[in-house]
Amino acid sequence: MSNAPLATGAPGDLIGTGSRKAGSDLALKLRVNSEYVAIPLLALAIAAALFALFLLAIGKSPVDFVDYVWRGGFGTAFSFQNTLQRSAPLILTALAVAIPARIGLIMIGGEGALVLGGFVAAAIAIPMIGVVPPLITLPIMIVFAMVVGAFWVGLAGYLRYARGVNETISSLLLTYIGIAIMNFFVEGVLRDVSNPNKPSTKPLGDAYMVGKIPGTDVHWGFAVGILLCIALYFLLERTTFGFAARVTGGNYRAALAQGLPVGRLIVTCCAIAGACAGLAGFFEVAAIQGRANASLAAGYGFTGILVSFLARHNPLVIPPVAILFGGIVAAGGLIQRRMGLPDATVQVLEGLIFVVLLTSETLYGRFSIFKPRAGNDRT
Amino acid sequence: MSGDILTVLIAMLGGAIRVSTPFMFVALGECLTEKSGRVNLGLEGTLVLGAMVGYAASYHSGNPWVGVFAAGLAGSALGAMHGSICGLPRVNDVAVGIAMMLFGVGVAFFFGKPYIQPTAPRLGSISLGFWSDSASLKSALQVNPLFFIGIILALLMGWSFRNTRWGLVVRTVGDSAAAARAMGISVNLVRLLTTTVGGFLAGVGGAFLSLSYPGSWNQGLSSGQGLMAVALVIFARWDPLRCIAAALLFGAAGALGPSLQSIGITQGYYFFNAAPYILTLVIMIATSSAKHSARDMPGELSMAK
Repeated sequence: MSNAPLATGAPGDLIGTGSRKAGSDLALKLRVNSEYVAIPLLALAIAAALFALFLLAIGKSPVDFVDYVWRGGFGTAFSFQNTLQRSAPLILTALAVAIPARIGLIMIGGEGALVLGGFVAAAIAIPMIGVVPPLITLPIMIVFAMVVGAFWVGLAGYLRYARGVNETISSLLLTYIGIAIMNFFVEGVLRDVSNPNKPSTKPLGDAYMVGKIPGTDVHWGFAVGILLCIALYFLLERTTFGFAARVTGGNYRAALAQGLPVGRLIVTCCAIAGACAGLAGFFEVAAIQGRANASLAAGYGFTGILVSFLARHNPLVIPPVAILFGGIVAAGGLIQRRMGLPDATVQVLEGLIFVVLLTSETLYGRFSIFKPRAGNDRT
Repeated sequence: MSGDILTVLIAMLGGAIRVSTPFMFVALGECLTEKSGRVNLGLEGTLVLGAMVGYAASYHSGNPWVGVFAAGLAGSALGAMHGSICGLPRVNDVAVGIAMMLFGVGVAFFFGKPYIQPTAPRLGSISLGFWSDSASLKSALQVNPLFFIGIILALLMGWSFRNTRWGLVVRTVGDSAAAARAMGISVNLVRLLTTTVGGFLAGVGGAFLSLSYPGSWNQGLSSGQGLMAVALVIFARWDPLRCIAAALLFGAAGALGPSLQSIGITQGYYFFNAAPYILTLVIMIATSSAKHSARDMPGELSMAK
């Protein structure tokens, strides 16, 4: 669709299919694909160095910063479980960026789908509390959250296909609209009047909350996120649907000429993406907050964009990257208290990483070490 | 009843003039950038950073116009960053815009925290309602000089696109990079300059937010105005004068909620808050087409096919 190159996953299967020697085949694959690991890591290192300089310039210690990120996000069993818990919405909102990216769209509406999904899950559950048992209520909440999320991002995909509306702008507009819709209800008809604090819906109550994974302090959203990453990886890489989607993302006109149902492919990919983000909203409501309010719009959807780009839109790489950023987000409070830095520090770091990462796109193909040697089968 | 309608209309007129000014500057900046064939989606971040820097500079210097200039400089720094990064091969300008948006907002919130409390000197207004006896009309016609500067800039920009060598260079680069190269023009340099100047204008738009209307600095100051202004450029078909008209329309939509509140209609406050976003989306749907690219679109633009 867009003429400009969009980062996609490592095109591992482009290389080596013609070679007969299996051993050198693997070595070649490794050599070529290592570029897709090395350059993002280099970008991370450069961004970290720039951020360290930034901290030094304002008179703070980068060593302390790393120390607090470690202690607040990874160092203890408690903090690591907190990190995993925070990485759950990041995994799901990153999927909401990664799937449309494979079909050539830069979709950044995950935040809106998360907020609306979470809100609708709470709104649908409230009249059922005490009437319908939790075992029936929770699946209904999940379905509604996913359907609303799927509709929200699917709409941006449909508008792109049917009307040529720029999906990046429309998905972000839909995010603002989604947040306004939630505020409209949460401060209006659905407001819990007995709660004088933050305008919120009525609480779900403990019986209607999603539990923790046994033996841990991490809610089920994390496990569901990992499973979805694996499932969607297989959908994209090992099915005809995924192949058709990748062809459409690679060359829109060729896909049209081949007679691929591009409209259906685009809307389906976007709907899957939105369903993931909506699910993230469900878990934020039913496993963390216990009610829907403005805290749902905590920026997970925006950090998820960065996670997906850093993972090169590969679902299998999303979980480790999400855990890294989950840790940084989790340590945010500690950094704020102990180092006297504003809460936007994490945002600055994320923005810096994002900018450096996208700049590093220019490095691909410039290092001969990653290139197949002359004389190999590939021309 | 008719008095109420008049009150709402006058409030909307005043609101449209006030609310439209930041839209105007961001849209003019984006118009210039897009005319040269590049999209800067990061102007939302530029707007917020401009608001913060403008407020801080006005507070420290005591002169709001120093704030306006400082906001422009901060905006051009972000613009130059976007422009130089996108000059590298294989870099996607839309994605860089998203990153710059998050980066700009992050930096603004980071350094802006100490300026939420103190009061900085604001920009003064010109009273154009002296001929009227109506107090509400007088207050509606308190117009900020930046509004007129924006209109003059739009006229100047539209004229330059048509009549000057510079205008021709920018249009050529935007319509066909190959033709521009054949003419011996450095495509990247032109785009770097247009993105930098575009960032300056967006920064000034931000200064209007914090120094005139609403006239304070806080983290919720801009919620999507920068993004809507980018969408507005498509609607305005890359014409500076039409950008002004579109900005006024958006300003009126943004003023709808507060105007209704002024006569006591508070129901649906959040709906009216969402009105500008919905209007933007509807306009985008109405003016785009899947079959062909938007009318008068610069040929090199990557955002639509």
